[in-house]
Amino acid sequence: MQGSASGEGIGRSVPRLEDDRYLRGKGEFIADIRLAGMRDLAFVRSPVAHARIRAIRKPPGAEAAVFVAQDLVGVQPIVAVSGLPGFKPSAQPVLATGKVRHVGEAIAVCVAPSRAEAEDFAAAVDVEFDELPPVVDMRAALTSEIRLHDHWDNNVFLETFVEVAPERFAQPAPIVVRRRLRTARQCMSPLEGRGVVATWDRRVEQLLVYSSTQMPHIVRTGLAGCLGLDQARIRVVAPDVGGGFGYKGILLPEEVCAAYLACRLGHPVRWIEDRREQLTGNANCREHDYDITLHAEADGTLIGIDAEAVVDAGAYSAYPFSACLEAAQVASILPGPYAMQAYRCRTFSAATNKPPILPYRGVARSGVCFALEVALDAVARHAGLEPHEVRLRNLVPAAAMPFENITNKLFDSGDYPECLRRVIAAIDLPGVRRRQAAATGPLRIGFGCSIFCEQAAHGTSVYAGWGIPMVPGFEQAVARMTPDGGLELRVGIQSHGQGLETTLAQVAHEVLGIPLASIRVVHGDTALTPYSTGTWGSRCMVMAGGAVGTACRELAERIARIGAHLLQAPQEAVRVGAGLVSGPGGGVPIAEVARTWYLRPQDLPSDVAGAGLEATAGYKPPRDSGTFSYAAHAAVVSVDTELGDVRILDYAICEDGGTLINPMIVDGQVIGGTAQGIGTALYEEMQYDAAGQPLGSTLADYILPGATEVPEPRILHMQTPSPLTLHGQKGIGEGGAIGPPAAIANAVNDALAPFGVEITELPITPRRILAALLAHSG
Amino acid sequence: MKAAAFEHACPASVADAIALLAGEADARVLAGGQSLGPMLNLRLSHPRLLVQVNRLQELTGVAADADAVTIGACVTHAAIADGLTPDIGGGVLARVADGIAYRAIRNRGTIGGNLCHADPAADWATALTALDATMLLQGPDGARSLRACDFIQGAFRTALLPGEIMLAVRVPQLPADARWAYEKACRKPGDFAHAMAFVLLCGGRRRAVIGALGARPLLLEDDDVSLAGATHSLRALSGLDEVQRRMQLVVLSRALAKAQA
Repeated sequence: MQGSASGEGIGRSVPRLEDDRYLRGKGEFIADIRLAGMRDLAFVRSPVAHARIRAIRKPPGAEAAVFVAQDLVGVQPIVAVSGLPGFKPSAQPVLATGKVRHVGEAIAVCVAPSRAEAEDFAAAVDVEFDELPPVVDMRAALTSEIRLHDHWDNNVFLETFVEVAPERFAQPAPIVVRRRLRTARQCMSPLEGRGVVATWDRRVEQLLVYSSTQMPHIVRTGLAGCLGLDQARIRVVAPDVGGGFGYKGILLPEEVCAAYLACRLGHPVRWIEDRREQLTGNANCREHDYDITLHAEADGTLIGIDAEAVVDAGAYSAYPFSACLEAAQVASILPGPYAMQAYRCRTFSAATNKPPILPYRGVARSGVCFALEVALDAVARHAGLEPHEVRLRNLVPAAAMPFENITNKLFDSGDYPECLRRVIAAIDLPGVRRRQAAATGPLRIGFGCSIFCEQAAHGTSVYAGWGIPMVPGFEQAVARMTPDGGLELRVGIQSHGQGLETTLAQVAHEVLGIPLASIRVVHGDTALTPYSTGTWGSRCMVMAGGAVGTACRELAERIARIGAHLLQAPQEAVRVGAGLVSGPGGGVPIAEVARTWYLRPQDLPSDVAGAGLEATAGYKPPRDSGTFSYAAHAAVVSVDTELGDVRILDYAICEDGGTLINPMIVDGQVIGGTAQGIGTALYEEMQYDAAGQPLGSTLADYILPGATEVPEPRILHMQTPSPLTLHGQKGIGEGGAIGPPAAIANAVNDALAPFGVEITELPITPRRILAALLAHSG
Repeated sequence: MKAAAFEHACPASVADAIALLAGEADARVLAGGQSLGPMLNLRLSHPRLLVQVNRLQELTGVAADADAVTIGACVTHAAIADGLTPDIGGGVLARVADGIAYRAIRNRGTIGGNLCHADPAADWATALTALDATMLLQGPDGARSLRACDFIQGAFRTALLPGEIMLAVRVPQLPADARWAYEKACRKPGDFAHAMAFVLLCGGRRRAVIGALGARPLLLEDDDVSLAGATHSLRALSGLDEVQRRMQLVVLSRALAKAQA
């Protein structure tokens, strides 16, 4: 299927069509939108983590510009339920009612001609609190007498438990390693923060909401629920979106507020999130705590994993993914790409006085991969094996594919051991070991690797089980010919950096052969596109790609019918491709077919192609449990054992994303994800003090990796098509972010092994390394 | 966040600037704005009046004589890093300037603004204390000068009096036999340092300054310039834990080794 004649189809690294406007600064992002009469919003946010609100006093003279919860008449709180047994839903108020449960929670909203003036009002709002003791640590939350949600009997959104052959854990194993591991609370940091512009469109009597979102249709559904409006009364438009990573797959209270005020005030309003709001009150993710025990034979063969994991879910269950997704994922993916006989895992989604945890690229997986792979290196050391050797003993072999693993995940295809072997060869492990042995003095060398698989584009069968407000079904696409022979693709997903305006066009080109220059992808607008759960879970290339391919095939049949008539050939004798309808006696351009159908219908008999040249098709893989792309990461680091600095000296990745639609874009995804994974490994951390105060509020405190911290990884590709998808593609958007924390932690621990020190907490900061070395040396 | 409302004045001379400062108690001097700008936006600072001085020619001149180099307070880090100002020997000022934050900040940030802000992790405070520079100040009551070690009084605290502004920094020329080294530890290049040390050896005298202490730079002289001396002095400082002391000592020992190499 790869490689069309024109070099623009599947498998071709064509330059991204959207880059012209992005690179020339001609895009339109949320803060670029100017509407007549638009006013700015600023929020009064809680300065304390846990308190009852005794009184809110609006600034005298400015009462009309300030809105509190009681002023939002009829607005319902945001509720994200889960169908998992025992789940306790929370009501996330749009503006705090009665109680505040985290620093940064919105208490009031102020409206003014400019943001600065709105902030003046916000500063003048006087809130009286009765402070309550906060619940800050997730482990302490499990047993605390303090309640975040007064009517709950504990601080646990959900507890899950799964076990397979637990009797194996009762038998003594030759190797048993137990580790306590922790990952930091992070703040997803897309270049562009959240933002919303809302206005009431009088002509169509519709609320028009521009939002920097990954899922306009889901935002519409959620907004309609909170506002009590029919969904048809709301249009959500996602303009150009400057990165999302999960943070823009959430209905935010600020969005609901802005939408309500636009309806009520009769003029447009906007809220543009600033970095302080994003860091201190909104974009929380990733904080896990593991108690993991691996049981293995003397040769390193895994017997099983016995684990308990806590996820710090924060104060509320965010819409639509809920507070349980992260921990439920942990339980289902902890076995990684390995085969084993026994498994036991208990998880808790703990409620704490922090902002709600939100799904971030590689949801749960970067933590899971870190926990499992760090513990596996400990098994390797016990067994006297190199890290990759212990993995090769346990990876699911290619011959076993497709493989149903111990948590009933269906690994669709691939050769995991070969992937690992290739990355080990690329990193030149014997050479690294020689350099390591030669290193003396404070600078030590370490090697580490990780391997994981990434479930992507999982659909109805998976999400129905979790029972969250959003269950993806068939993904739809509209393929529509224009009278001049162009092609419009309308999709309900949203492209915010993935290059989908290019890759979806490549899929259409593969089917129809229409030049990319004549194909336009329309997305990010509920008025123009079919319903979709949006862009998340590495699903778009499989789901929207499959829908576009299916719609184009349907369109091709209709084109063939018209073309056959124009060629005066039987329909079964013509085929569509390379921009032509070809028959035995010659061909006719697809553009001519379109012209005829739209502009010269008199040339066609009346019984030809009444359905027209606009096809809507739904697509779902025959089994929608997800594709499994996979990758192995290998890192060589130096560790300054006197200062605790870690430098990445070399980084290699071997990944298999099935059929690659555009390999250049895949490389971009892998590199971008790896940069974020390096952030998780070494830099990013939002610490909270005992009072529940976030200890960073700017990017000087919350450290992101930059150009000097991210090496250029060497990327090797394998391409094992998925048997489940239309073109063999697999979702691969998140993998880059999953592998680095484990690979880098293992490399650091390899470097520190001679000192008898092991790092068990992310990020691996100079302070953590020095503290561990000091503690060990006494 | 956006800054609270303020008045903005662009005086035509230092004398006018001082007069403006004298007329408004709640005023701040705006030079490159690389620290004050964010503080205004975060509303950590909300003066009624900003007096912008970085376009004043009186503050952007440079001069050199046999004893010292004088650099106007509003000369940018970038100008110094690019070698557009006279050197005191060994390229030391350019080396320090080139390590300040990022190019975009160096393009606008000024040496005087940096010193008057007195961030404890700032490069100039540590380096110029070691180099024994003198701050030339002008206020409503006339001109005066202060050595760097007397000018910086603590974290974000200086000896500047109300209404006073810095005119220039006078940095002594380095003797030909001078050896120096500047080391700092940062999470990433351009980030705030969590340990820094400047070591200067010349004519049998030794000076070492430890910065990024969350307080004024720590000056060690002659016999105190040793790991033992530094250990003793750091122990006496409150607010440092064992890891921070260890990092400072490692950075100092590396600077000492480089200067002596």
